[in-house]
Amino acid sequence: MTPHPSAGPAIEFDHVSFSLNGRPLLRDLTLSVDHGETLVLLGRSGSGKTTTLKLINGLRLPTQGTVRVGGQATTEWDLIRLRRGIGYVIQDGGLFPHFTVERNIALVPTIEGWNHERVQARVRELLTLVGLNVNLASRYPSELSGGQRQRVGVARALAADPPILILDEAFGALDPITRSEMQKEFRALQQRMQKAVIFVTHDLREALLLADRIALMEDGRLIVNLTAAEFTKSEHPLVRAYMEAFSGPTNSR
Amino acid sequence: MDFWHFMISNRQQVVELTLEHITLAGVSTLIAAAIGIPLGIVITRIPKLSKLILGGANIIQTIPSLALFGFLIPAPWIGDRASRLAILALALYGLLPLIRNTYAGIQGVDPAVVEAARAMGLTDRQLLWQVELPLASGVIVAGVRIATVLSIGLATIAAAIGAGGLGEFIFRGLAMVNNDVILAGAVPAALLALAADFLLGVLERRLNVLRVKS
Repeated sequence: MTPHPSAGPAIEFDHVSFSLNGRPLLRDLTLSVDHGETLVLLGRSGSGKTTTLKLINGLRLPTQGTVRVGGQATTEWDLIRLRRGIGYVIQDGGLFPHFTVERNIALVPTIEGWNHERVQARVRELLTLVGLNVNLASRYPSELSGGQRQRVGVARALAADPPILILDEAFGALDPITRSEMQKEFRALQQRMQKAVIFVTHDLREALLLADRIALMEDGRLIVNLTAAEFTKSEHPLVRAYMEAFSGPTNSR
Repeated sequence: MDFWHFMISNRQQVVELTLEHITLAGVSTLIAAAIGIPLGIVITRIPKLSKLILGGANIIQTIPSLALFGFLIPAPWIGDRASRLAILALALYGLLPLIRNTYAGIQGVDPAVVEAARAMGLTDRQLLWQVELPLASGVIVAGVRIATVLSIGLATIAAAIGAGGLGEFIFRGLAMVNNDVILAGAVPAALLALAADFLLGVLERRLNVLRVKS
């Protein structure tokens, strides 16, 4: 079984709370993400965004409530199978420093038992897809620029063509120009892929550029869950605070 | 020049004892690695055991070597042959650096890399073999290096219980009050230790290149 359902949302949070050592990190979260939809989790550090992502791939399990992926609760999934169906991209790529670019990208297809030719073809296809030269395949991550590493990170997450993609501050470590490039390319890519995407960021601009829906989080709670267009018009004080923080003459980020 | 004279006229015995010495140190380090590295891995998985196992290995290390040889003499099978006994004692001394370095090496792997590996759906075994051990290998080899040099040094004392090795010359020289005979044991033993240290150091630096590459 893969996290690909015949119908219904790809990911569903049903009154989910999560505490670690008695400290609540997430309170009563309810939201869902459909196939082909991109949800951006927006919020400050410590607002529960990353915890929300880790509840999707079972790195965390809910203290209360249910997280369903492909219609099935994460507590009932074989976590290894669940995770192989979810592409995960983190800040600065999180690449394996001892593997070449090729082996980094090929890891999941290889452990899934794809044959060598198919893996090789897939690596080439993905490098091209994320805008990298195919002859970078034999390089080590340390020999790449930050932007190249991030592209490899995206390629690695897409390797086994998972129906779900989750990204945690994926472009957070990049310089502004590379970052803006990656955001635009990712948006184009995302429109072709039709995956369920959850993208965590604290950057409103990034959120508005990439999101179908924006879920604003604060202190472990979901404040609003709106389409990008609705978000800019919302009168909610916290939304206004975000909009103001990111506008004005010194709008660097 | 009596030292050289002694070395040349006894060259056959010098070679023989050197080989014996290499066997004692080599076999004992291999045994220590075969036990110490898995134990080091185990305590990264079951942290509750880490104090007990590291503490135990620490205590062994504090027992004076001659006393340890003595303690082991009554052990069945082991005590039958001096060389077995010496190898066991030397292996016990090698445990601490191997357990400690394996543990530290795995704990030292970038947590972000480990989490990425888990999130990609690697099983515990795949995580260990494909990510943790390769990235910890430089630190583990540093432990092998410490254990080997330690073992080469301590193996000279094995001659005290008749296990052979270059210690034979040292003890004989002491009994004869003859520095040249002492040196005939001490100099090759020191050279062995330096050579092992150098070779394993080269390997360690090669493996560490991987670690830095991130």
